[in-house]
Amino acid sequence: MNVQKQQITLTVNGADHQIALEDTNTPLLWVLRDYLGIMGTKFGCGKAACGACTLHVDKEAVRSCTYPARLAEGKQITTIEGLGSREEPHPVQRAWMAEVVPQCGYCQPGFMMAAAALLEKVPEPTDADIDQNITNICRCGTYYRMRKAIHRAAAIGGTREEPLAETP
Amino acid sequence: MAEKTKGITRRKFVVRTLLGGTGLIIGTTYLLRNPLRRKFNAFIDTGDVPYIGETDEPALWFEVTPENGIILSSPKVEMGQGIFTGLAQIAAGELDVDVQQIRVIHAPTASGNVDDFGTGGSTTIRSLWPVLRSLSATLREMLKAEAARKLGLPVSELTTEAGRVWAGDRSLSYGEIVEGVQDWASPDTPPLREVGSYPFIGRPVPRNDLADKVFGAAIFGMDATLPDMLYGAVARPSHIGARLKSADTSRAASMAGVVRICREADFVGVVATSRMAAENAKNAIEVDWDADTGWQTRDIEEMIRVGNGTPYVIQKQGNAERAFETAPGEIIRAEFKTPIGAHAQLEPNGALAWVEEDQATVILSTQVPGYTQEQVARRLDLKKEQVNLIPTFLGGGFGRRLNTSHAVEAAVMSRAVGKPVKCYFNRQEEFQNDEFRPPSHMVVHAKLSDKGGISAFEFNTSSGAVMHSFGPLPGMMRNLVGSDFGAWRGGLIQYGLIPDFKSVSWFVELPFATATWRGLGLLTNTFAIESFLDELARKAGRDPVGFRLMHIRDDAAGERLKNVIRAAAEKAGYRDEVVGGTAMGLAASTDAGSPAAHVAEVSIRDGEIRVEKVTCAFDPGLVINPDLVRAQCEGNIIMGMSAALYEEMHVEDGELLPVIYGPYRMAQMKDGPREIEVVLLQGDDAPGAVGEPPMGPIAAAIANAVTRLTGKRPRQLPIRLS
Repeated sequence: MNVQKQQITLTVNGADHQIALEDTNTPLLWVLRDYLGIMGTKFGCGKAACGACTLHVDKEAVRSCTYPARLAEGKQITTIEGLGSREEPHPVQRAWMAEVVPQCGYCQPGFMMAAAALLEKVPEPTDADIDQNITNICRCGTYYRMRKAIHRAAAIGGTREEPLAETP
Repeated sequence: MAEKTKGITRRKFVVRTLLGGTGLIIGTTYLLRNPLRRKFNAFIDTGDVPYIGETDEPALWFEVTPENGIILSSPKVEMGQGIFTGLAQIAAGELDVDVQQIRVIHAPTASGNVDDFGTGGSTTIRSLWPVLRSLSATLREMLKAEAARKLGLPVSELTTEAGRVWAGDRSLSYGEIVEGVQDWASPDTPPLREVGSYPFIGRPVPRNDLADKVFGAAIFGMDATLPDMLYGAVARPSHIGARLKSADTSRAASMAGVVRICREADFVGVVATSRMAAENAKNAIEVDWDADTGWQTRDIEEMIRVGNGTPYVIQKQGNAERAFETAPGEIIRAEFKTPIGAHAQLEPNGALAWVEEDQATVILSTQVPGYTQEQVARRLDLKKEQVNLIPTFLGGGFGRRLNTSHAVEAAVMSRAVGKPVKCYFNRQEEFQNDEFRPPSHMVVHAKLSDKGGISAFEFNTSSGAVMHSFGPLPGMMRNLVGSDFGAWRGGLIQYGLIPDFKSVSWFVELPFATATWRGLGLLTNTFAIESFLDELARKAGRDPVGFRLMHIRDDAAGERLKNVIRAAAEKAGYRDEVVGGTAMGLAASTDAGSPAAHVAEVSIRDGEIRVEKVTCAFDPGLVINPDLVRAQCEGNIIMGMSAALYEEMHVEDGELLPVIYGPYRMAQMKDGPREIEVVLLQGDDAPGAVGEPPMGPIAAAIANAVTRLTGKRPRQLPIRLS
């Protein structure tokens, strides 16, 4: 079947991608996962209710399952793959490693992206700041370690490095 | 210890040489001989979930590659519980390699690893413990024997250290040893080393999947891809008991991106070029469901009332009926109930399947690779060996993935289009097609003696199917056992010094799917029993710690239980009084041989129950990795607290609601305890159950604290004020 496609250009983790979309309402999440094969950002609910799909658009935390991809044109999209690397981890990732936060791990990229965005705005968040801003859902129950990790990341230095180029 | 290794000493090792002699693969079986009968007896006594398998084919394999890789193919899946790390820690103790050098992977069924029971019941580490040790030791001795041949020295002059075989200052890496070897001698199992000499046991080794999970590289079922992949979507009902009657697919068929409509007897789905196109087209299918729209929550609650259905006495001591009739004192009675619970794991269910002519590849998150493989094979009319089932990391298991019949749908659609098809639930479908934790109703009776102890006790619990709905469980077992041992898990009386008691499980078939939810009946049965114990202690004018201790036997299991109760109370500084608006509640349970006791510190703030702190004492026997055992305690406490305070599904005109996070309220960051303190005891020299037992006491511990705060005892979950 012939489908009218729309070309969009997205900048993900510093690299430009041209995508031909059949449906212009396609959420950013699915463009990343199904068109670009960038799998670190997860699907949880499709209704922006759980935060598993959280990433950054121009440094703001965005729940990408309900965010039309075309709205991200001309902006900097950062996913967990671009937050930091194994060689140069983001402070949030350093803290997550130190506190051994993940269990199943599925919701963790969304939490780390939400935490990194919080630290960008509030470098030394209080418990109340964390409660108010980190509203994602984790079924394994890693909240206790996450809170410790966010405070630890703040101590390491919560400012984000410039998005790194995507490594092949 | 001896008990735990009995029957598996005659181990069969199978050696495979790779084509061209480029490495060594050694495997062994771990299923017990005649496991059914042995385990059948064991779980009657303990409620411990049995391992069930019909095969004694090897299911645990090591591979040593010339590149010096040491790969352990795990027949059990990693769903967050940390087994991949624990297995590497155990193996390293006999293999003399750094724990980091062992790579643990999910074994595709094509590799020969099939575990017919699956991953669940907190069984992995304790079932693989003796087997993995002897397999690792055998592998080490084979490497030494081959090194001796290559070096022209007697084996007795060789030692192993740091992944190398040494003769003085000469050494060969394990990879160098396996290089080019065509024939391997059939090995005997060498004597195992003392556990105390294992360098990684009891150490908080970081999880071996940690970096992958922190840098977004871990692959879950939903992340799997294959070239030329298409996307599927299946219409799923919103009402309980709904059957597909008819479907008008004409509009869907003409929509953009649609490749094929798949109409089967039991489902209707669509294959399209993108997930969006598949979802949109599926939503355009007009399905006529044959559904009963009359069901309401209260109907379900009525069905599972104790007294309906079939009763099974699951435990008995003395003569409880006579004691209730003849012993002095009034009968104290209480009822408790719990709601339908959803799994709500973050990664939805689904599968990627590629069916070619006479073979199929299926990639997904499953707790039962062997069973999923069998289901797909049966539907496609293939032999089991023609289906390669590739498990991935699970985005949460919690018992939800002990039935993955949706793999069949992806496979059927893939065969229809001749390409790989990836088909996943959306969140609403996930909530409405869950296999829920069944609601439960529990009635407890007791009498107190004039000395202030319990003289008679009876526990009745009723709910829907839990293990009876588990696919791999042979039907004959259901008939033999009668009661559903998943439903009554947590319902055995651990206070053996009560002279007369009995525990009864009532089984009712519900009109919607119910199954295994982390710990099965453990959370809900313990909620009732341990709330009631607290109530009896107060009536008897005793403190809840001493009251419990006085009813526990002095045998080994009893001592372990007493020790966790004492340890939790002491560490928390347990007190009955409310101080500064905060009250404490204590509860304890023994599940699958591992006792746990929690003290919850609870306050009421802004009209909401707040769990401020939980102190947990837990005895899982030998602790392989204290940090990961702590993580399991924390996770159980938070998941159990979420169920105790917030979670509830209901039925309205036959529809299961709610359908999304938020309305299905779960614990979030703001709700979790600010502090969780875990004390680990080691009351056995072999590792025991970890993944579920700490779930047991949490709801009762919170309820007992709420009682102290409000003067009113919570009789149902979720616990609400007023």
